[in-house]
Amino acid sequence: MQPPKKVQDKTNSISRRVLMKRAGALGLLAGLQPLFASCANHPLPPAARPSPDISTLSGELIELVISEGSFALDRKNGVAVSINGTIPGPLIRLKEGQDVILNVTNHLKEVSSIHWHGILLPSHMDGVPGVSFNGIEPGTTFTYRFPIKQSGTYWYHSHSGGQELQGMYGAMILDPIEPEPFRYDRDHIVMLSEWSDESAEVMLDNLKKFSGYYNFQKRDAQEFRSDAARWGFWPALKNYMMWDEMRMDPTDFADVTGSTFTFLMNGLPPAGNWTGLFRPGERVRLRFINAAAMTFYDVRIPGLTLRVVQADGQNIQPVAVEEFRLGPAETYDIIVQPTEDRAYTIFAETMDRSGYARGTLATQPGMEGQVPERRARPLRTMEDMGMMGHSNGHNDHTVMRSGTNHHDTMHGQGMQHGQEGADRDRSPILGAMPVKHGPDHHGTGNQTVAEYAQNRMHEPGRGFEQSSRRVLVYTDLKSLVPYQDQRAPEREIELHLTGHMQRYMWSFDGKKYSDAPEPIRVRDGERLRLTFVNDTMMEHPLHLHGMWMYLENGSGAYLPRKHTVVVKPAERLSVVISADAPGSWAFHCHLLLHMEAGMFRVVQVLI
Amino acid sequence: MVLWTCWATTVICALSASIGVTNTLAESVPGDRVTGTGRSLTVVPLPERARTLANLVPQQGWPNPVNDQEHRLFTLIDVLEYRPRTGGSGSNSDYRWDLEGWYGGDYNRLWFKSEGQQDTAFKADYDVDFQLLYGRFLWKHYDLQVGGRMETQSFRGGNVTRGLGVIGLQGIVPYNYEFESSLFIDQSGAISARLSYTKDFLLTQRLILQGRFQTNMAIQRVEEFTTGSGLNNLEFGARLRYEIHRKFAPYIGLSFERSFGETATLVRRQGGDPSQIRFVVGVRMWY
Repeated sequence: MQPPKKVQDKTNSISRRVLMKRAGALGLLAGLQPLFASCANHPLPPAARPSPDISTLSGELIELVISEGSFALDRKNGVAVSINGTIPGPLIRLKEGQDVILNVTNHLKEVSSIHWHGILLPSHMDGVPGVSFNGIEPGTTFTYRFPIKQSGTYWYHSHSGGQELQGMYGAMILDPIEPEPFRYDRDHIVMLSEWSDESAEVMLDNLKKFSGYYNFQKRDAQEFRSDAARWGFWPALKNYMMWDEMRMDPTDFADVTGSTFTFLMNGLPPAGNWTGLFRPGERVRLRFINAAAMTFYDVRIPGLTLRVVQADGQNIQPVAVEEFRLGPAETYDIIVQPTEDRAYTIFAETMDRSGYARGTLATQPGMEGQVPERRARPLRTMEDMGMMGHSNGHNDHTVMRSGTNHHDTMHGQGMQHGQEGADRDRSPILGAMPVKHGPDHHGTGNQTVAEYAQNRMHEPGRGFEQSSRRVLVYTDLKSLVPYQDQRAPEREIELHLTGHMQRYMWSFDGKKYSDAPEPIRVRDGERLRLTFVNDTMMEHPLHLHGMWMYLENGSGAYLPRKHTVVVKPAERLSVVISADAPGSWAFHCHLLLHMEAGMFRVVQVLI
Repeated sequence: MVLWTCWATTVICALSASIGVTNTLAESVPGDRVTGTGRSLTVVPLPERARTLANLVPQQGWPNPVNDQEHRLFTLIDVLEYRPRTGGSGSNSDYRWDLEGWYGGDYNRLWFKSEGQQDTAFKADYDVDFQLLYGRFLWKHYDLQVGGRMETQSFRGGNVTRGLGVIGLQGIVPYNYEFESSLFIDQSGAISARLSYTKDFLLTQRLILQGRFQTNMAIQRVEEFTTGSGLNNLEFGARLRYEIHRKFAPYIGLSFERSFGETATLVRRQGGDPSQIRFVVGVRMWY
């Protein structure tokens, strides 16, 4: 073992050396595993916490150092930007009610920043260069200080250029003052992300010049043959021609795919098999965080029921599912109870099915479970384009039908409850019936509009059509306790999610940020409804800094609150906010390249 | 176990902070970080103003939070090919190119285009042209372009050159055809036009058949540029490329070309063949 070295002493040179050193350490440990495997099975203390780990920081003063170094993974050599020399960065574990000071030193040659995702704090501590501060200049240290006013699972990441995609992210756990409303014996973080040897700048450049650059799952002659065999030649041709006529690609599920990404779980590629230990019968809490810049993950653990207890760090009424979709920046805490003495695979398939991240829950290190087959790449439908009444192609029929079923159920419930009088459990879902698009088609920077947009929170999303599994949907999310502010919104702002796939332009209301730098102004204390209408054919995870978005998903007084809300194609979805945080806040799509392309706004809460 | 160790070392996974795997890891990698725990430090309480006062307005000199105004340079060499001699009258081995590109942002771009051909059904000897255009992104799918064109061709053993004004419309039309049209007015007022369509058919994800159609028309007869009045020529091409890399794809193909009427007569008079079927081999690339 090499003598200890302090990373921060070696300006700008983290890295490969330190990384290699760590790799060596783990390698050595791997060899020693049988010796200490029994240690891992020690009886756990009554208050379960994640096992202490090399990179857990806590207390009232925390030092973080940003540096870069070359980094190779899966034979992909690139430049990594890391926090304290690791990817992911250290776990920051704090206690609700404490104050914290975080000294962040930038050893890069460019401006950097850290944004504390989902944390309520003064706006100048939010870490967004150009909105909350000037950024952290090279060679300087910025001191963040704020009180911890909440609890749950969160994360932090760079808000400067493509640094997040290069590895600059880490988990943040805020332990509650009150005991957790659920029991568990063990606690693991499962942080999903991705790695590529291409920088975000290169990716954006490639996509601006050829938007299908990373898609190697387009419809080709072979697929046409099999579709023609299944649907008949003419219907298949008609379907293909229809998409061509609209100048759209129905296979567009991820702008950047497994053709360049290696998908990571806690920093490990699938072959690295991150392993979380358990003893049969234990309740294991898994804190899923999607720290990926561009990837939606569909997560399941074959053989286990996933009991979702928190969404975006907030307690919800527990809901049991078999699979859930995790948008970039979202978090879900789930509890599983594996009873058998065997390995369970945590399988996180990307939404476009071009790859997966994978890890294992095991009773001993080194065990591996069966890795499921990837499912077929899904297809967009006319529903995703907001075209009602069209029913072209065969997929659409199934989708339409399942959509209708859901609606019946929903309305049925609504009526029953309505008859019982005022019910705090249910409330109308805005946009439950399709709403026709207005005459404004958002200019030339917006390719299409959803002719009819409607709420799709009860749908699991595209790609689950053939699945019989119970998949988490947004209408499942009900806050455990009603939040204090139950006022009806005083004002509503409708915001359209717009873009142009072929040009790779992304915007709100057809205007990218630099063409619409005027902030969205909100009065302090105002209760405001934001209605999002997705005119694009992609899912967008929208993130509001500094304040919660209460998802109007029909849960009455129990609306769940989120920091990141995924809006599906052609969806109309509403959230309410209680503007209780004066200052300027970023609001943007959390797909990194969409944000960089201009899908970004400033929300200003005026005193 | 050995395998596992290999993985761990080669894959550099330790940095992943495999949270919760082992306790022992903490001791094994000492010292390379600063931690807030265990330090005796007086934490200054947050000043009251810091808790409540927010910087309401982003200040002058702060950077743009996103880089959505980047300018880029794009060059597409769509055709760069060798056309071997096919026998018959007057067709020789020769080369041909067709490239275009732009510099600019999402809406405003400076376009450049160049075509070079020799011994085609339209140009008996060599013909080279270059265009420089300003383009504006309009109507969701099109770039409207305005600018100039310089054309040089050989005529009766000598070189002739002319300047032309250009109005162009380029974009993607329904059914996903790349569409390019230009209207030219040369220095003496002669008007001509060019129209082309290309479309990609994916045989596999990397083996792609590009269909190509091009035609030229003119109102006035301009003899030294082998241009008759009316329809000048038609060309159909099929090029099968293999994308070794998205940006680099060798291809083979066939090109059917024919010129008509006065143009055909002029080409023939120049010693060219106004009706050709040519085999081509080339490379398509962009950056």
